[in-house]
Amino acid sequence: MIGQVLLHVALAAPLVGCLGLVAAGRRVRDRRSPEVGVVASGIALVALVAAALLVDRDDTGRAQLVTDVAWAPALDLRWHLGVDGLSLPFALLTAVLVFCCSVYTVRVRPEAGRLRAFVAVVLLIEVGMLGTFLALDLLLFFLFFEVVLVPMWFLIAWWGDPHDRPGRTSAATTFILYTLLGSALMLVGFLVVHAQTGTFDMVELAARGGEGISEGAQLLAAVAIVGGLAVKVPVWPLHTWLPDAHAKAPTVGSVLLAGVLLKMGSYGLVRIAVPAVPEGVGRIAPVLGGLAVVGIVYGALACLAQTDLKRLVAYSSVGHMGFVVLGIATLTPAGLNGSVYAGIAHGVITGLLFFLAGAIKDRHGTSEFHQLGGGMYARLPRLGALLTFGAVASLGLPGLAGFWGELLSLIGAFRPSSLLDRPYFLVLLVIALVGLVLTAWYLLVVVRRVCQGDDVIGGRLPVLGDVTRHEVVSWGPLVALTLVLGVWPGLLLTLVDPAVATLLSGGGS
Amino acid sequence: MTGAMAQGVDWAAVAPPMLAAATALAVLVADLWLPRRAAGVLTAISVGGTLAALVAVGLLWGDSRATFCVDSGTGALASCSYVVNPVTLVFQAIVLVGTLVVLLLVHTEIAAPADRRPLPGGETGFLVLSSATGALVLAAGRDLATIVVALEVVSLPAFALVGLRRRDPRGAEGALTFFLVSVVSIAVMLYGVSLVYGATGSLHLDQIAAALADPAGRTSLATAGVLLTLVGLAFKVGAVPFHFWVPDTYAGAPVVVAAYLSVVSKAAGLVGIVVVVSQGFPAYADVWAPAIAVIAVATMTLGNVAALRQHRAVRLLAWSSVAQSGYMLVPLGVATSGVTGSRLGEALSAVIAYVCVYAVVNLAAFGVVAIVSRHRPAGLIEDYRGLAYTEPASALALGFGLLALAGLPPGVAGLWAKVVVIDSAVSGEAGWLAVAVAVNTVIGLAYYLRWTALLFARPVAGREAVSYDVPAASGIAVGLALAVGVAFSVLPQVVLGLADVSAGLLG
Repeated sequence: MIGQVLLHVALAAPLVGCLGLVAAGRRVRDRRSPEVGVVASGIALVALVAAALLVDRDDTGRAQLVTDVAWAPALDLRWHLGVDGLSLPFALLTAVLVFCCSVYTVRVRPEAGRLRAFVAVVLLIEVGMLGTFLALDLLLFFLFFEVVLVPMWFLIAWWGDPHDRPGRTSAATTFILYTLLGSALMLVGFLVVHAQTGTFDMVELAARGGEGISEGAQLLAAVAIVGGLAVKVPVWPLHTWLPDAHAKAPTVGSVLLAGVLLKMGSYGLVRIAVPAVPEGVGRIAPVLGGLAVVGIVYGALACLAQTDLKRLVAYSSVGHMGFVVLGIATLTPAGLNGSVYAGIAHGVITGLLFFLAGAIKDRHGTSEFHQLGGGMYARLPRLGALLTFGAVASLGLPGLAGFWGELLSLIGAFRPSSLLDRPYFLVLLVIALVGLVLTAWYLLVVVRRVCQGDDVIGGRLPVLGDVTRHEVVSWGPLVALTLVLGVWPGLLLTLVDPAVATLLSGGGS
Repeated sequence: MTGAMAQGVDWAAVAPPMLAAATALAVLVADLWLPRRAAGVLTAISVGGTLAALVAVGLLWGDSRATFCVDSGTGALASCSYVVNPVTLVFQAIVLVGTLVVLLLVHTEIAAPADRRPLPGGETGFLVLSSATGALVLAAGRDLATIVVALEVVSLPAFALVGLRRRDPRGAEGALTFFLVSVVSIAVMLYGVSLVYGATGSLHLDQIAAALADPAGRTSLATAGVLLTLVGLAFKVGAVPFHFWVPDTYAGAPVVVAAYLSVVSKAAGLVGIVVVVSQGFPAYADVWAPAIAVIAVATMTLGNVAALRQHRAVRLLAWSSVAQSGYMLVPLGVATSGVTGSRLGEALSAVIAYVCVYAVVNLAAFGVVAIVSRHRPAGLIEDYRGLAYTEPASALALGFGLLALAGLPPGVAGLWAKVVVIDSAVSGEAGWLAVAVAVNTVIGLAYYLRWTALLFARPVAGREAVSYDVPAASGIAVGLALAVGVAFSVLPQVVLGLADVSAGLLG
């Protein structure tokens, strides 16, 4: 009982915070509003951590703390929430990242002002993200999936890159139109599933494992759902909205976009597509895997060509999400575990990298490499060290969070599901390894260009403050998580593995 | 149409339209006796009458009644021209709530000071209520003669309403366009009706349905009649290719009249289509359903694409309302694929649900446009920049309405409506139709979002701020629409359940 309440508190706290800020209007002074954000997202975080402690950790393959009441019987819509080993890590990631962003905003304010609206928008985004991970009903999932879109548009279009007003508006619009097209297609897929099975219940659908859905409908639903979610992930070549949206968004927006929004796509693939229409997904998995490795290599090559730190981090997401999708496409427990692990790790590490890129941009007024010059170690030693830490974590150094997920994805590709063509996946594996090398290359190039070398511009700038105590507080959790997830993979895998097993074993086969 | 009256008139059944008609006359007469500036009294009468009609609908709730019946002469059940059942009542409720909101908005226009060119109080109330009377009858009409006459009763006062503002060339032009297109379409429809009559020997929908159901009697004459009959109704809802009057007429008319046309008049046309195809032509579903499906896609696509290029608020809403008509027709477009009657029932349920949501959120949007256009007569979208700073409540209402029309949270009501429509296409196994709706939703968002974003954008420095000073009646109207829209978002079961129940009776 208390667990169910905690999940609702986690959803309600940011919603109440958002509505409160809107309703209060000017009665809440602009500069006090970040504190509302910290309190609301803090309550959500505490509630989720408490819920995580209540979860029976030996039985994470089953949805727990479930609330299931009819909402609109005419639509077959149910208010169906719960957590299992798959959704809990993503929900916690969301709560941690939003909390970090809220703390960050207390001191580091968006240049465009309007703090009250800014905080309200971030909190509304949190509602949508958390709801997406907690929902166990397809329509409810869709509702929360859509909640994120409009506030994220405002976040990018209003508080984005202050030097490029038309650019940030068009980036925001591209983002929302692409992702809406994706989610509308996904809805069509959901409705196809419902027309065949008569239920929107994810638990029930996973248990049936595609039973009762004709072969043609499975393929149709899989194409619609996977295709729709692939826009969000994004899978190459549907990624074209991503670089601009990430690069033009304010720091907090980039952190949430890369850290959580992309995971909503990969989470949906694991949670819905794989278990509900397994045969359909099996038919398109080779295509998905192929696009994934193209994305890995493409992302790495694109990164090598970037001249801007923030854009580089944005493009690196395309590559990292390629590993996430490759793991899913193998349809193996190892691959899916890897996909979840890589997703969480990417959320933490890329969140940190976007914070760092934002901090560098705020201090120098630019994140172009040639304007930054080198010598970050000399100029801002602690910031430089953190950037190096984030870069090596991102390239998958063993002992840091980025390693395990990519390793497991590759293991999955080495032994893909028996339904799939193994030689084909071995080829994909080799290409992915090439991508891995390229990834290491560009990240080391970043470290060399930005951190090492002579400090050419330091003399021309006013004295820059190194990492502040406030920044340590707001980034600290991410650094700690990168280390913990790197040295203790069992912490996450013991949660995820039973859930993945349940989702893959649908229909008792 | 032969045979003696089998029974007397069931006055309770016809109470809603009678009350509306009586109120219309009362407003007209009162205007003659009252002093010139008595807008409050006129509005009190018209709103009171509308509320009374709404109460009558409420009292009839759950009843099934019929009147103006004739014996078919074959010993079968009598055929009735006026039928009250849940479908009738749902549509009558939509019409009356829509009329109520419009009358409240009208109050602001007729109470305006002389230098703002007020609308004539008595005439406006009379014409709105007369037209609404036609819509109320249309919802209950079950023979083609009644339906055609009711359709004309909806349209004739509407021509006058569009041209109501004196010495306004745009209004006169809009009224003339509206009139000419309407006359042509009603002529085409009458031709269709005459063909149907020739093929079946009856104007009563139930007898037509029985005659058409005989496969041996299937003729090209009847097919042509069915399709031509639908033309007149397609005009009313502004479906492509009978849409081109919509933007000119809406833009030329006073904003409140455009609101009326886009909600009440459109709902009337839609209920006409629903009743005619489900009660009269179910046997010819394989003829009209594909036609409607194609029209639906053409309508939503053209409406959305044209709306992208609009810079004026009313024109944008006009094209948006064309696009919305397309969504509304989608469920009927797949009514054929099931051989059983239940598919038709599902389709009708989806249409009714969509119309309910559309009516409410569209009224919220139009209401705010009416408020703003009092002070910004140019009616440019750009005029809405920074509305949230001067009129936060109005901006929230308009933002909610626009996003609900787009079908995106926070306009959750619109999201449910879109789900219902796409679901009907999917379960009708018309995947292409579902994808067409999905793609159109994306196109639609582009312009709805552009406008919504302007509401909350910073006001341009240097441009003098306008104090909108929202009149109480307009505020109540918009607040009412917004409250119902929010209620539909949180409790979608209210509207969806209603739609299900009523559709069960028709299907």
